[in-house]
Amino acid sequence: MSATVQTRKQTPVTGALPQRIAWMFILPAVVIFSIFVLYPMATALTYSMFEWQGTTRGNFIGIDNFLKLFNEEPFKTQIPRAFAHNFLLFGAAMVVQNSVGLFLAELLHRRKRFKRFFQTLFTMPYLVSPLVVGYLWSLMLSPLFGPINAMLKLLGLEALAQPWLGQSSTAIWVVVLVTAWQWIGFPLLLYGAALGGVPKELEEAAALDGTTPWQRFSKITFPMILPIIGTVSVLTFIGSMEAFPIPYALGGSAGSPAGATDVMSLVFYRTSFESGATNAIGTSSAIAILLFIVIFGCSILFTRWFRRTERNLF
Amino acid sequence: MSLDTTVEPPAEIVEPAEIVDRASTRGTRRRLRKSLGSQLISSTILWVYAFIAITPLLLMLLNSFRTNQELATQPLGLPASPSFTSYQNAWIEASFGTYFFNSVIVTVVSVVLSTAVSLLSAYGLSRSQSRVMQVVESIFISGLMMPVFLMIVPIFYLLDSMGLVSTREGLILVYTAVSIPFSIFVLGAFFRQLPLELEEAARIDGAGPFRVFWSVMVPLVRPAIATVIIFRFVPIWNDFFYPLILMRDPSKYTLPVGLTSFFGEYQTDWSTLFAGLVIATLPLIVLFLVATKQIVSGLTAGMGK
Repeated sequence: MSATVQTRKQTPVTGALPQRIAWMFILPAVVIFSIFVLYPMATALTYSMFEWQGTTRGNFIGIDNFLKLFNEEPFKTQIPRAFAHNFLLFGAAMVVQNSVGLFLAELLHRRKRFKRFFQTLFTMPYLVSPLVVGYLWSLMLSPLFGPINAMLKLLGLEALAQPWLGQSSTAIWVVVLVTAWQWIGFPLLLYGAALGGVPKELEEAAALDGTTPWQRFSKITFPMILPIIGTVSVLTFIGSMEAFPIPYALGGSAGSPAGATDVMSLVFYRTSFESGATNAIGTSSAIAILLFIVIFGCSILFTRWFRRTERNLF
Repeated sequence: MSLDTTVEPPAEIVEPAEIVDRASTRGTRRRLRKSLGSQLISSTILWVYAFIAITPLLLMLLNSFRTNQELATQPLGLPASPSFTSYQNAWIEASFGTYFFNSVIVTVVSVVLSTAVSLLSAYGLSRSQSRVMQVVESIFISGLMMPVFLMIVPIFYLLDSMGLVSTREGLILVYTAVSIPFSIFVLGAFFRQLPLELEEAARIDGAGPFRVFWSVMVPLVRPAIATVIIFRFVPIWNDFFYPLILMRDPSKYTLPVGLTSFFGEYQTDWSTLFAGLVIATLPLIVLFLVATKQIVSGLTAGMGK
């Protein structure tokens, strides 16, 4: 069979593998991937359509599990609040990475000495486990003997020292800032690479025409790196929606205090593994699908929007 | 001919530059001073951010060498005399030795296994032109967008039915499977760049397909293999969600799950907590220092120069 394919295409395929041998090469990956990824994916979709009694599947109930998320407590209050926190994480990350992050990337791009040194330092938090980062900051911000409050006292700002993670008003902002602190290394690296790809001649030519540095940045550099900003934004969005280890380390699985640090992944985790409800599988699968739809849908919308903006710029 | 063209342009470039120089030495000097000033500002900003990025990590390291008493009386400070008791506590009493061992086994085996099957598969896919293979490949690649939360419950019951919940083998198989899309994506791109002639030559010399693969092709994609290994090692080492749900037996915990139970138990034993965090981080820092170049270029692959 492979022979007929080869002669029909009339390409020199002596280096190509016969079909049977090609299958031998790909088979191990196909088997593992089918069992542990494809099969669970396929079954997950059906899980949400049934009423479950513990681990035994009951009746088919269509979209009832989804309706429950909007009509029943505790989901009715928890899900909108958790989503709001996820979007807050995303918004804050976007603000930080596209101001501080982009600015630092631009400064770093112009440097010759110590460039790699700074790059290494800036990316370090991104490579440390998010769970370690979360726990580390929970220790740093401890009201008893945390270094942050100690530092404030040292600077004579004792009035500002407070139980950062113990009160609703500050807890979510701690989660937001810690997440941004950890994540920023990633956009920094990618923006740096994108800036390296902007041809020097363009900026030089514009400089000879007497433009200001700001004009050069906004009219030349920025439009040229916009595609990367778009890609990074989509990845930031996905990361913010799936945020789990940092909120877990800072606020526990209940999103303490009083749900102030709750996010969608925690709602899912509690529902499926901590609630002990008889229909836990049905409800939690519905939550997972809802989350997936939001992530997937918004990612596509973002990508389209960025593409259109890019086209309008040129 | 080529000599002529290379000699001429420099002469043209030097001339206007000299004119500018002679005409406005004062201007360049002012520009120089201005650029020195802006360099100073830029350096300051970079150092400030470096401080923000690295201080918490340094404090983590420093505090792990201080005793609880030191930490309580002086939250900020250097270790009076470095003490390693916290590491001893974490490693033995808090079972970090066990967690560390589990993490190493699980991470190393799943990275090796997933890289091996992905190498075979990426090569097979890149050297076959049938429709079916293209479909298979796009299914693999679409796995890059896998929703973890959607899969976890079915995976749990799947492992349960196989008797693999709370076993390192189960976790290894799951990590291997979820690593395949990324590994095939990267390795496939590299195999496609290699010309078919190499294999033809080897085959004419009488080598079979697996011999060609192992002795000719694999050595050629070594840089890509290094990238794949590093970029799967870090997320698997750091991963918290899968073992949190799949590992129910404390003796099988990996470091991240070990950390959660440890933070509940040792709440007041600060220096041990810091030591635990350092133990969980150290292998990554070592990896990062050894392979910074690989990591930076891997993260920024395909984006300009």
